[in-house]
Amino acid sequence: MRFAVAVFPGSNCDIDAYRALHDVLGRDVEYLWHRETDLSGFDGVILPGGFSYGDYLRPGAIARFAPLMEAVVRFAGRGGMVLGICNGFQLLTEAGLLPGALLRNRDLTFLCDTVPVRVENADTVFTRCCQAGQVLRLPIAHSDGNYAVDAATLAVMEQQGQVILRYCAPDGTVDEQHNPNGSVANIAGIINGQGNVAGMMPHPERAAEELLGGADGLFILQSMVQELERRQHEASRC
Amino acid sequence: MKLPGAERAARVGLTDAEYVRIVELVGREPGDLELDLFGVMWSEHCSYKTSRPLLSLFPTTGAAVLQGPGENAGIVDIGDGLAVVMKVESHNHPSAVEPYQGAATGSGGIIRDIFTMGARPIAMLDSLRFGDLGETRQRSLFRGVVKGIGDYDNCMGIPTVAGEVGFDDSYAGNCLVNAMCVGIIRHGDIKRGAATGVGNPVILVGATTGRDGMGGASFASVDLTAASQERKSAVQVGDPFLEKLLLEACLELFRTDAVVGIQDLGAAGLTSASCETAARGGVGIDLDVALVPRREDGMVPAEVMISESQERMLVIARQGREEEVQCIFDKWGLNAAVIGRVTDDGMLTIRNGDVVVGLVPAKALAEQAPLRHPEAVRPAWQDDLLDLDVTRLPQQDDWTGTLTVLLGTLTIASKEWVYRQYDSVVRTNTVIGPGSDAAVLRVDGTDHGIALTIDGSGRMCLLDPATGAAMAVAEAARNLVCSGAKPLALTDCLNFGNPEKPEVFWQFSQAVMGMSDACRKLGIPVIGGNVSFYNETGASAIMPTPVVGMVGVVEDLANICRQGFGEPGSVVVLLGANTDELGGSEYVRLATGRTAGRVPLLDLEREKEVQDLCLTGIRRGLIRSAHDVSDGGLSVTLAESCISGQTGADLSLPAGIRPDALLFGEAPSRIVVTVGAGDLQALVDAAVEMGVPIAVLGTTGGALLNIDVSGKSLVRAPVVDLAAAWSDSLPQVMSV
Repeated sequence: MRFAVAVFPGSNCDIDAYRALHDVLGRDVEYLWHRETDLSGFDGVILPGGFSYGDYLRPGAIARFAPLMEAVVRFAGRGGMVLGICNGFQLLTEAGLLPGALLRNRDLTFLCDTVPVRVENADTVFTRCCQAGQVLRLPIAHSDGNYAVDAATLAVMEQQGQVILRYCAPDGTVDEQHNPNGSVANIAGIINGQGNVAGMMPHPERAAEELLGGADGLFILQSMVQELERRQHEASRC
Repeated sequence: MKLPGAERAARVGLTDAEYVRIVELVGREPGDLELDLFGVMWSEHCSYKTSRPLLSLFPTTGAAVLQGPGENAGIVDIGDGLAVVMKVESHNHPSAVEPYQGAATGSGGIIRDIFTMGARPIAMLDSLRFGDLGETRQRSLFRGVVKGIGDYDNCMGIPTVAGEVGFDDSYAGNCLVNAMCVGIIRHGDIKRGAATGVGNPVILVGATTGRDGMGGASFASVDLTAASQERKSAVQVGDPFLEKLLLEACLELFRTDAVVGIQDLGAAGLTSASCETAARGGVGIDLDVALVPRREDGMVPAEVMISESQERMLVIARQGREEEVQCIFDKWGLNAAVIGRVTDDGMLTIRNGDVVVGLVPAKALAEQAPLRHPEAVRPAWQDDLLDLDVTRLPQQDDWTGTLTVLLGTLTIASKEWVYRQYDSVVRTNTVIGPGSDAAVLRVDGTDHGIALTIDGSGRMCLLDPATGAAMAVAEAARNLVCSGAKPLALTDCLNFGNPEKPEVFWQFSQAVMGMSDACRKLGIPVIGGNVSFYNETGASAIMPTPVVGMVGVVEDLANICRQGFGEPGSVVVLLGANTDELGGSEYVRLATGRTAGRVPLLDLEREKEVQDLCLTGIRRGLIRSAHDVSDGGLSVTLAESCISGQTGADLSLPAGIRPDALLFGEAPSRIVVTVGAGDLQALVDAAVEMGVPIAVLGTTGGALLNIDVSGKSLVRAPVVDLAAAWSDSLPQVMSV
């Protein structure tokens, strides 16, 4: 099982993702430069946080045209698992792999905190290790995390269980008071209709060690690892 | 006799005598461009001509010091073959004129100082001072500075892990923006800013050169005036994305052995980078300004030489390796232009195409500015400041109310509004982030950590510059110790008014002596720093404000402490002794509106003993939480520990001291810790053995903070109420 962590000029959580997967979970991980065009040999792709291309124009707007993204689109089209975190989430919406957009935070400032998020759908390949309704404590750090999507699309997403994480109170109550950035319906993370591409503003890769304040992010990362193990196992049986 | 060049000298901010010296050093009258170079290089900002004689008092050596002052940053050994590279620098003047860009480029400059040494930057800290946030202008400066720092550091992917903010009217015209960067490096990978090897190429890498930041160094070397607001062209414009690319490209370049020397372009731009690298290497540099990639047309050679366009570095590479360098910078989409060569004549030769437009000894520019020895006179008004009769302070009985007000005082209140705007956890090494006495970071691949803090002294330093400055050192060390770290080295930023005024120079010289004394007695060397003079507007100077950034080593990350009280039922213990001193406290300011009184006694031997006891207790796993007594005094410390730990405490303070001094006096050398009931005796034994007075104050638990003295409850309040006063104050002010 091999993970690719994309590196765009300006990526800066590439190292966070690498460490969580490699140092904590002991998986094979490789950095992939934005000019690469070949994802063969990789089983999962992480689009990390940061400020790709300086967030010029708007976050993700330029990175979406990177050669690597063409490969990511093909990879996702074949059912490959792609997780976009923070800037990676913004990029996935810009690239059209996920619906909606990430707007400037409601309070117009950068926001760094650790917040509770509720697992809305535990029946996905990104949340399989969680319980439905489980509250995870995950770090956030962004200026543009205010998720927006039109009402019709949102209705479909809700109905299909595409909303996987919502900002909430420590007890799991979802309300406006516990919405850090103004996201519609407190949305913190979503998946695509096929269920193989996920985007989230919280950073599971920064919550992988108790020493650093909590390891709830492992529920997400382990879910990915389990799914890839399952796929490997199936492939070897064929 | 008036020299013909005197007026020319004045134009670039130099004196007659300095002009005479230039003529001697150059051997003739300097040309206009040459004089411009001397103007920036001999400015106070670049030459330290006024401060240098005194700075030599600092202890700068020690077994762990790998690089002391004189380079782009200091370096100290932290074991495991690793070292910490750090420096703090001011960006006060630019921030007062253009807060967002001023603060952003302050970050950018100090980050370059760190990676130019070959290190990976791993943490940022900031020390800030503003006037009264009740004023629109101050709120706008504050908001702009915080956003400028956040946008730059966040984009760089360097966590901003600690800092401090203070408020006083004296900073209204001159806000202070001191940024500190910390990097980590293997001993063998250290790079230095020296040019060597005749014939080696001199390569300018990174951003293009424009007219932004023209003469910023000279701008920083005069008082701010109304006209300064018009000098926005002296403020640089930052691009953190470009700097992130420059950082990664440089670190990639260092993995080859193509580099012999490197220096960032900061104050005085290409001029300082070229003459300083040449002077350090004992060589000359011959460069052609026509080869410098530019972003603007029509720039004259002098403009190219003194531009402070950001995100540029000067690389001295090995001959024949030019293409390799080029290739790496191509990969990152950056310029790399060979603009000159190292020579053996010790001269900085500046060409514009075929024409030599400047030819001066590199050493003369970089190192030979005549030192100034201004007069130092204790101000006549100093005694008025000390005049405070504490027996005549207003009598009162609502101690809970006073504590609540103090907790909401902006200098004391929670700074979460600030640090929520900074990414404090990127790179996943932040073990303790902002909001405790010191930040703690894991050192990659080890069980060890480093602790970091930045602390400044204003009020105490105004009243007694020597003691106040020593207190800043003592407090920084105490903060590190509270986290479980042994203090190792410091970097300083000395913010003062106009040194040509005898009162200001007295403050400065006293402060340097006080700091030196504290450094020696606590065994903490100074490995680098920065002096910022001319922090004046009109007739008023800022409070003398020495700022200390300090690093310490955590032996084992299993034994670290935070400020919040831990599990309920823990025993609260005071290390050190209370005194009846109230001078210089926030309480006195609240009660009288003045910063006044005699500062509390600082006994550095006692300080060291208290710190040693605390560190011993933490390393032995006895102490569960630790928080030092500083602004607001003991009651504020106790309240903050309750608030951070989300628990109450039932406490009784030793009697025999006036209640106001007991609750709010700011005597140093005190730390409030908690231990488990079963560990109390071990801590007491250790205290007896080390000769440190300690007092058991009570236990944690419940929802109330109760403080008794002689069986009478002086303070009694729900912790949630205290927390609200402490937490809501700054957001409320900023929401106006």
